[in-house]
Amino acid sequence: MKVVLKNLTKRFPNRNKKLPDVIAVNDFDFEIPDGKLIGLLGPSGCGKSTTLNLISGLEKPTSGRVFFGDTDVTELPPENRGVGLVFQNYALYPHLTVRQNILFPLQNLRGDKKLSKEVMEEKALEAAKLVQIDSLMERKPSELSGGQQQRVAIARALVKMPSVLLLDEPLSNLDARLRLQTREEIRRIQNETGITTIFVTHDQEEAMSISDLIVVMKDGVLQQIGKPQDVYDMPENLFVAKFLGTPAINVFEGEVKNSRLYIGCEDVLAVTGAPDGEVWVGIRPEGFSLDEGGAFKAKLERVEVMGRDTSVVSTHEGCVTGSIRSIVPSEERPDGSEKTVSFSLKPFKTHLFSKDTEERIPFSY
Amino acid sequence: MPELSIDKRAEARKKTVKVLTYVLLIFWAIMVIFPFYWMLLTSVKTTASYDSEVSPVFFTTEPTAENYENAFTAVPLAKYFLNTLIFTVVTTVVMLAVITLAAFAFARLEFRGKNLVFTLFLALMMIPNELVVITNFVTITNLELRNTFTGLILPSITSVFYLYLLKENFEQIPDELYKAAKVDGTSDFKYLTRVMIPIARPTLVTITILKVIECWNSFVWPRLITDDPNYYLVSNGIQELRENGLGRANVPAMMAAVVVVSVPLIVLFLIFRNKIMEGVSRGGTKG
Amino acid sequence: MKNNIKGWLYLLPAILFLGVFMVYPLIDVFVYSFQENYQFVSQTYTGVGAYNYSYVLHDASFLQAVKNTFILVIVTVPLSTGFALLISLALSSVKKLKNLFQTVYFLPYVTNTLAVGLVFMLLFKESDQSQTHSLISTIIGLFGLEPFDFIDGPYWANMFVMCFYTIWVVLPFKILILTSALASVNQDYYRAAKVDGTRPFRIFTRITLPMIRPMIFYLIITGFIGAFKAYSDVVAIFGTDLNHAGASGMNTIVGYVYDMLYGSTGGYPSYASAAAIILFVIVLTITTINLSISRRNAHN
Repeated sequence: MKVVLKNLTKRFPNRNKKLPDVIAVNDFDFEIPDGKLIGLLGPSGCGKSTTLNLISGLEKPTSGRVFFGDTDVTELPPENRGVGLVFQNYALYPHLTVRQNILFPLQNLRGDKKLSKEVMEEKALEAAKLVQIDSLMERKPSELSGGQQQRVAIARALVKMPSVLLLDEPLSNLDARLRLQTREEIRRIQNETGITTIFVTHDQEEAMSISDLIVVMKDGVLQQIGKPQDVYDMPENLFVAKFLGTPAINVFEGEVKNSRLYIGCEDVLAVTGAPDGEVWVGIRPEGFSLDEGGAFKAKLERVEVMGRDTSVVSTHEGCVTGSIRSIVPSEERPDGSEKTVSFSLKPFKTHLFSKDTEERIPFSY
Repeated sequence: MPELSIDKRAEARKKTVKVLTYVLLIFWAIMVIFPFYWMLLTSVKTTASYDSEVSPVFFTTEPTAENYENAFTAVPLAKYFLNTLIFTVVTTVVMLAVITLAAFAFARLEFRGKNLVFTLFLALMMIPNELVVITNFVTITNLELRNTFTGLILPSITSVFYLYLLKENFEQIPDELYKAAKVDGTSDFKYLTRVMIPIARPTLVTITILKVIECWNSFVWPRLITDDPNYYLVSNGIQELRENGLGRANVPAMMAAVVVVSVPLIVLFLIFRNKIMEGVSRGGTKG
Repeated sequence: MKNNIKGWLYLLPAILFLGVFMVYPLIDVFVYSFQENYQFVSQTYTGVGAYNYSYVLHDASFLQAVKNTFILVIVTVPLSTGFALLISLALSSVKKLKNLFQTVYFLPYVTNTLAVGLVFMLLFKESDQSQTHSLISTIIGLFGLEPFDFIDGPYWANMFVMCFYTIWVVLPFKILILTSALASVNQDYYRAAKVDGTRPFRIFTRITLPMIRPMIFYLIITGFIGAFKAYSDVVAIFGTDLNHAGASGMNTIVGYVYDMLYGSTGGYPSYASAAAIILFVIVLTITTINLSISRRNAHN
């Protein structure tokens, strides 16, 4: 089912009553297509969990509407929306077994939705099989590993066949290896069930790796929606550019003069169509290629070997993000004895942003 | 080597300390155990042999159960027992219901005035029972509830401290559990009964045990509110026994009654030792 | 709005019980204490004033009760706390039989005070019927002293039994609290001290004592409050007619309150209220002093 948010706004009264309200979600407007896996991404406190709560119905918006398909669900209580919710700390009922945990949502169904015992058991087993925990049905949550607990939580959310599955930082409590495994698992389950899934995370790598679409948020304001690669390649503003990608993008102060980009005094790139003036320049680590005659010269700090690639750390007076980190193929790496290093810049890995609005400035090359 | 002799002396001192430590521990253990032993011992001596002792005898060769029969027949000990049982069970159950609902409201529900009421409740924790017992005595007397279970039970139910303990415990249950249940359409009451109560069960058990001990030993309020032996609790029964009953005439029978009264709680303690000690150290005080 | 009502509904039983049996009585006891010549049966009074307080404060049996209570407090609180500390230290320094000792030491907490009190009486009292001396008399007889009755004997003997029984009754709680306080001191401090070659006594005064000081103050404060409210333990030993118990009356302040309220001497809720409020003021004052001392100590 597609989910549509229209002018969604949520304000909280400030704890200090003299201060203005906190706007957790500000005039949100977007559509989540049916059957996709969406990553809702942003630094902590950006309002992504509030957005999730608004979709689930746990919180009521200050203004704006929420639609599931064509139905306006803004006024519906959570239990009537048909959503499944999974939490960072799993939120399994510690006194119930895995089976009882999965059965719990089904036992709440009333009236004509009420199921017979056999059907409930069957559905629970089905959900358990889907997340591959059907051999652990009689265990208590405390007897399971973190990854297994998260699977149970997912099974519990899936068992009533929700129209939308909401995952709130589902991987954050897992260790690195399990996190990788479980995120693939989530991708697989979503593919198999085809349930529209919204997945909140502050980890951009996590979001990029499994989402069909990512939604980047900051301070309650929507920054950009798009396919992960598109958002990475064409960040709409400086924040998105900085937030996506590891190692992070390198940012410089630069100036455009006569369609040429200057960083410091060096003329480093042709930027046709960009208006003259001071700009922020973002260059991805992979946007630097080692080039003896390259126009961009930096002071070499050190060379970090990572196997296939090598990370070259250097400094430049125009750089505002500390040192410059560039990734080059290991075959081409400098031996580290040089004082300076010269690069040429890849234009499609270089982004210009306005100094005032931090919005993207398009150019051609 | 001089170091060696120092080592030896230190070793000897260590040993002395250890011995003294055990002497102290054993001394106090005997001081605690002895009254229990004496009570048990006296209760199995025959009246004749007890009365004919010239100096106290520390053991008996002919234990008898006769005193226990006397204890149950000479005074309505069984009746006192039953009364205490009814009083304890009803008081504890009603209190649990009352504090569970209130603790849930404080811990989970949002409503106007909550913090104010909770602060008032906390303030009540500092009020000593002696201060309110007077009016309660007058209230119950005026309602003509003296010598009734209702009169015994009603004022004994209130316990701000246990309410506080339970509320603290409820608050430790993560918010997400509530959210998950809400999304699944669980009503507040069902969430309380099916999720919170089972999770908080250890605390509820602790509270129950502490309240049972308190009820079983309560003396002041029952004494004020009952003068009809049909409603005596064991404490009052013991007191009655001592002052007007067979106490002076038949010490072994009196001790038999004392044993009978003491045994249930000791058994309860031996079963729930850890729970009780943990519960008490979390904030129980005597009385 | 709906939620507001729901919250209050869940609270309603608790509010009713607390309101009727705690808040209302609390207000009422002050009212009583200022109503002069209150008649229990007709529920009438003749005036408003401080007469009840003046009566109570001039009543010889109240003053005796105050004296008894103060002696009890001053003797039992330091002794029981100190002895509990000694036993807890001993307990935490041993491994063998520790559990058994702990279990035994806790027994008095779970037994009926009235019941065990009877045994204590038996141990100290000369029997009316048999020719036997009490066990305690027999023991002091071994040291060549004249046997005598502690219960019906001189004031100091009454007081001794009273204090002894009180300490016996309150020790379990104090031992339990101090043992767990000692157990919760981080062992690394002790290891560090040992490596530095600190002497045991210094370890005790410089590490152990400061670490468990809050708990000691807690025990002293609750000990004061508890001892000021002594009643059941006294009744257990001396019976309910406390004004005539022993040599010169072993009544306590709480006992005085109940005597004024109930029984052959009762029927004067106004006097009882005044006495209860005087007790409350005493306890409040002592507790405030205690708290300020413990705060000042904590800051140093």
